[in-house]
Amino acid sequence: MFDFLENSAFFGVVISVASYGLGLLLKKKFKLAILNPLLISIIITIAFLACTGISYEKYDEGAKYLSYLLTPATVCLAIPLYEQLELLKKNWHAVLIGILSGVLSSLGAILGMAVLFRFSHEEYVTFLPKSITTAIGMGVSEKLGGYVSISVAAIIITGVLGNIFAEIVFRLFRIQEPVAKGIALGTASHAIGTAKAMELGEVEGAMSSLSIVVAGLITVIGATIFSHIM
Amino acid sequence: MKWMKQFGIILLVSFVGEVLEKWIPLPIPASIYGIILLFLCLKLRIIPHESVHETGKFLIEIMPLMFIPAAVGLLETWDVIAPAWLEYVAVTVLSTWIVMIISGKVTQSVIRHRKKGVQENHV
Repeated sequence: MFDFLENSAFFGVVISVASYGLGLLLKKKFKLAILNPLLISIIITIAFLACTGISYEKYDEGAKYLSYLLTPATVCLAIPLYEQLELLKKNWHAVLIGILSGVLSSLGAILGMAVLFRFSHEEYVTFLPKSITTAIGMGVSEKLGGYVSISVAAIIITGVLGNIFAEIVFRLFRIQEPVAKGIALGTASHAIGTAKAMELGEVEGAMSSLSIVVAGLITVIGATIFSHIM
Repeated sequence: MKWMKQFGIILLVSFVGEVLEKWIPLPIPASIYGIILLFLCLKLRIIPHESVHETGKFLIEIMPLMFIPAAVGLLETWDVIAPAWLEYVAVTVLSTWIVMIISGKVTQSVIRHRKKGVQENHV
């Protein structure tokens, strides 16, 4: 039976989508932030592959069609951004200062912890682009001489963490303005955070989309400067 | 027809983004050029809003699914991460929280500060 699954063109997509659906159900039923559908689907899929012995490569032969849609979907983030243009014009000071403070605190926090944990230069630059979208982050890590596969792992985990913890962080630190929530999600956890922002609302989603672009571009410059510090 | 046309336009913009990525020697991916391009096209009404927005909304709604394969792929990098995983996890978790709190708080206080300023000007 597992032989059949290994060679199925649809298995990879079906297990991913079905486990996400199960995650949605669990979240609806128990209303706990930790029951994040994305996290649940990742855990179920990994567990399923581990139990059946199906390799990641075989799984990805079907699942890659989900990844394929990521670029067109990211491009579409321009649509909510366009729809919220008036709001953006009204708040551009706050938006720009917010994103800039986020990028600087990201680079600063990583520098601080790299010193604390006695990271090598290569390890340090690996984490500098961890809050930005995967494709830019990979490029930055490569250019600065980091370990690209660890950067990708850190970027994805950062995104999932943002997606899971956003609502708790917003409640604990009384972040209530929709614009601020969007900026926080997009700046801290790029496109995966933006997926959560879209669930919170149109304004949150649009501001988070903008943050992916702006934080990504500022980090390209900022990470290069920070890479000379340590 | 409607969906096909909208999806076609979105794929075309993604493709142009890919071409720009190839031509411009910066570490900026096709999707970022694509967002900027689609935004400009919407703003200049080269692409009318109604000719992309339904398919766009659909793609954005199913976006979380698109991250599952990459995240499951983290299994493959475990060997590289294993030697210093605790430090790596600490850096990743703490910095994510720090950025989220600081950027959210700063944005909110600038917005509220300006709102207060506007109200005072009116009084």
